[in-house]
Amino acid sequence: MKMVSAVIKHFRLDNVRKALTDIGVEGMTIIEVKGFGRQKGHMEVYRGVEYEVRFLPKIKIEVAVSDDKLDKVVDVIQEAARTGEIGDGKIFIYNLQDVVRIRTGERGEEAI
Amino acid sequence: MMRRGVSAVVTPAVAVLLVLLASGSAFAAEASGIDTGDTAWILVSTALVMLMTPGLAFFYGGMVRSKNVLGTIMHSFIILCIMSVVWVLWGYTLAFGPDIGGFVGGLKWLGLQGVGQEPAPLAPTVPHLAFMMFQGMFAIITPALITGAFAERMKFSALVVFTVLWATFVYSPVCHWVWGGGWIGAKLGALDFAGGTVVHINSAIAAITAAVIVGKRKGYLQEAIMPHNLPMTILGAALLWFGWFGFNAGSALTSGGLASLAFVTTNTAAAAAAMSWALAEWGHRGKPTAFGAVSGAVAGLVAITPAAGFVSPLSAILIGIGAGIFCYLAVNVRPKIGYDDSLDVLGIHGVGGLWGALATGLFASTVVNPGGADGLFFGNPSLFMAQVLASVATIVYSGIATLIILKVVDWTIGLRVKEEEEVEGLDLSQHGETGYNL
Repeated sequence: MKMVSAVIKHFRLDNVRKALTDIGVEGMTIIEVKGFGRQKGHMEVYRGVEYEVRFLPKIKIEVAVSDDKLDKVVDVIQEAARTGEIGDGKIFIYNLQDVVRIRTGERGEEAI
Repeated sequence: MMRRGVSAVVTPAVAVLLVLLASGSAFAAEASGIDTGDTAWILVSTALVMLMTPGLAFFYGGMVRSKNVLGTIMHSFIILCIMSVVWVLWGYTLAFGPDIGGFVGGLKWLGLQGVGQEPAPLAPTVPHLAFMMFQGMFAIITPALITGAFAERMKFSALVVFTVLWATFVYSPVCHWVWGGGWIGAKLGALDFAGGTVVHINSAIAAITAAVIVGKRKGYLQEAIMPHNLPMTILGAALLWFGWFGFNAGSALTSGGLASLAFVTTNTAAAAAAMSWALAEWGHRGKPTAFGAVSGAVAGLVAITPAAGFVSPLSAILIGIGAGIFCYLAVNVRPKIGYDDSLDVLGIHGVGGLWGALATGLFASTVVNPGGADGLFFGNPSLFMAQVLASVATIVYSGIATLIILKVVDWTIGLRVKEEEEVEGLDLSQHGETGYNL
């Protein structure tokens, strides 16, 4: 099992959610995060005082997947989140040791 | 107990009749010379100006970081309370009591003794009490304006003491000079319809003095210290604009044509200034900001304040345009010089107030208001000189007196919170609460 953790632009979230549910993904978690990459920050001006905003707001989505679905999920996220502009984000993939469904106590892929 | 028993047998119908009779006889007994229309307008204006101080609390509250929102709002709110009481006890008589050497009012009306339902000479058609309370609202908002200069770092106890001293030794005397029969209004002949010198120049000079003495905020111009809630600031600006109709049109002290003129010039200048600020910003930085538009509106309201009852609506447009541009330039200069007048009291109330005082000397016209004077553009350079002198006198006195008061407070209880408290925020360190618990 793998944990797919993707940092994406806010306005692509609906696209990504729809694309993932279309291929049968049954759950995901999202977190509002801030960070920077190659896009860096931007300038904001308040009454003539300039501030460099170094951390930009992004959405991080986390999806637990079985190994056989991994490639499909990663492809779908990349396609749905992509605008082609700098700042589209990144997808991180981790090994996922175990999953427990709290209601039933099922474990592993059964619980995803 | 006996009285209760008696009143219980009076039927409601009789009670209503008695009330009607009592109020009828009260009208019949109304002091001679009182105009009920004027009185109604002054009371409404008083309430409008009262609302400006909570409006200012929101205007400032949105501009600070979220950890200081309550501390900043509390500055204005507690000043509303402190000054309401100080004004009744001794503030009013020091400003409007019998003139002593052109400098300050005497103690005749200490604790409002003798201030009743009869009119006073300064406002012959309204009860003295109504005039006193209307003026009291100006005494409230003026020290509240200063708080923008030392936002996010002033000790609350120091603010309380500073307010009482400043109101006593700066506001009341300067108010007396201009409106209370003192040397500026009575001898110099300078015009200040609703408080360009008394309120705006006065508070702005106190503010910049305080900004320098209290010192910069930790991290100023190094960290991002951004407004935390601009919609709150915009709401505050809207309340200020609304209340300003009482501030300026109420300053006619009657409810007729002069109040209407001041109402129109006030609204016109605010709108013109909001647009000129936003346009200046658009040209200079590429985008017109909401923060800029509302700051411009306030700058326009400040600038029209001394001129409101003396200039035409077309002059008000020019005064507004000037206010938006000059104040925009001023706030852009602030970070370059490096002093931390945190919420731009000098940039908006100082520059806008000075521009308004001088513009009154340029645009005032006796065609518009025969009770005023002609300005430079209408062939009378002496008014312009009087405006300059009145402004300079206010600047010098307010600067020196404020400096002394600040030093006294600093030596006794200290002006500034500890560094640790500043980092934690005023809400927690000064008040033990937080604005947002999400």
